[in-house]
Amino acid sequence: MKIDKNTINKIARLSRIKLDDKESEDYIKDLNSILDWVEQLNEVNTENVEPLSNISSSILPKREDVSNDTNSSEEILENAPDKLEGFFAVPKVVE
Amino acid sequence: MSKSSLKQTLKDLDTKKISIRELNQDYLKRIKENENLNVFIHFSEENVLKQIDNLENDNSAKKLKGIPIAIKDLFCTKSMPTTAASKILENFNPTYESFVTQKLLDEGSIFVGKTNLDEFAMGSATNTSFFGNTINPLSKENEPLAPGGSSGGSAAAVAADLCLGATGTDTGGSIRQPASFCGVVGIKPTYGLCSRWGIAAFASSLDQAGIFSHNVEDASILLQSIAGFDQRDSTSAKVDIPNYFENLDDDLNGKTVGIPKEYSIDGTPMEISQIWEDAIKVLEKKGVKIKNISLPHTKYALPTYYIIAPAEASSNLARYDGVKYGFRSEEIDSLDEMYENTRAQGFGREVKRRILIGTYVLSAGYYDAYYLKAQKVRKLIADDFNKAFKECDFIVTPTAPSAAFPLNEKQNDPIKMYLNDVFTVPASLAGLPGISIPFGKNKNNLPLGIQILGKHFDEQQVFNTAVSLERSYE
Repeated sequence: MKIDKNTINKIARLSRIKLDDKESEDYIKDLNSILDWVEQLNEVNTENVEPLSNISSSILPKREDVSNDTNSSEEILENAPDKLEGFFAVPKVVE
Repeated sequence: MSKSSLKQTLKDLDTKKISIRELNQDYLKRIKENENLNVFIHFSEENVLKQIDNLENDNSAKKLKGIPIAIKDLFCTKSMPTTAASKILENFNPTYESFVTQKLLDEGSIFVGKTNLDEFAMGSATNTSFFGNTINPLSKENEPLAPGGSSGGSAAAVAADLCLGATGTDTGGSIRQPASFCGVVGIKPTYGLCSRWGIAAFASSLDQAGIFSHNVEDASILLQSIAGFDQRDSTSAKVDIPNYFENLDDDLNGKTVGIPKEYSIDGTPMEISQIWEDAIKVLEKKGVKIKNISLPHTKYALPTYYIIAPAEASSNLARYDGVKYGFRSEEIDSLDEMYENTRAQGFGREVKRRILIGTYVLSAGYYDAYYLKAQKVRKLIADDFNKAFKECDFIVTPTAPSAAFPLNEKQNDPIKMYLNDVFTVPASLAGLPGISIPFGKNKNNLPLGIQILGKHFDEQQVFNTAVSLERSYE
């Protein structure tokens, strides 16, 4: 078993997702079955194979280095659940 | 009433046989009659009427003037909320327009509504949406069928004739599989052909916008309208976009079709193998050479995809933290609590599952074993196609391993659900263009789809083959 209670808690913490005990158990089961299934990739010899991270076959074009102002802070803040004096507002961080 | 095509409608509008208002009122009527299908997350008659008013006062010539189009609710639109079918984006009103939808607006099309999808496009049945299932319009009474997914709402909108075309996105099959399930045409173009700017990101190295339509000609018109270079997407390709429709040529004489032996998978229903054989026979009659090819790493495509896609998703979905937009939990005693509760309450089960697995395969100590390994196998899969395309002009396979299944049938076992994408994922990993067209029916009279794959940026050949098969089938 690759994922146990400790591991799922650690991943959930890294992902910033709170899980209750029932969910943790379900995800332990799901993740282990998925990880067992992807294990088959180890059959493939990938020695000297370059990892493929960008599939785009076109060359990245350069653009002119000019500044442009596309967003106002007002627009950016329009959907914020909480805002204060032109900033995003969050719960108190420093005690 | 038989469904009119986009091509015919453009002619009818042009010759004043029908007005923009009459046309759209016809579609509005059908949308209201079909509310039970739950095709739209957002629909506002008032909004549509406003668009009609604006166009009636607009004398400029526009290519898609007055054409009703449905938009997958993953594309940011200024005029309508955008949710990605997630609670976490409930009440999100974009302050900008996605590249693809802006192009459609510039051409004068009318957006009838935002269509349902699997939450953040993660699913194959449009059953992970926060806003409930979409029902396949081909369902019989009391036997609701899934429309496929993730773009199930858009596929259903076209199938039920609630629009003349719809946008979708395809990461591992999310256009082609629902097109097959709903009996419509769905094309995912080459990775990079349409800018991803303004589309809620799932897996950025795979996500690609595309089109649903009633037929291949309409798809060729609409794809041309949404394709093009955009400097705001760093993977957007600077290539010339041909006039796919004008160039359509159903003469395939002398072309070579590749038939990959690895796509004959144990357990595939007889009727699927049958339509595949039928399609090959039709091509042979048209003078196409049949070439048996091998794509030896095909069986590793799904496990590769289910490492890469969740890894990229876990990174992309980190932005939903309850600070900048969308939902914020009420339980916010500290900043960390706010993050953790917002994401716990805002995301659904499948999305959380993928974030967790993606976080695991990217975490210290596991990156090489999973993510890097998957990227290497992805290279081998892409190389398989490159080699195969030295011997053939296009590849033909089935689209999905089944016809539309009953709603909720495949929910419990994630791996079983992932197998829906077995024929579509390999081309996604290789960034190739693919189309699904309806081709035959199963014993319950449900449509089955044939998939045509082409070389990078050879959408024209994909359309030519598709239109040729379509015309021979009609």
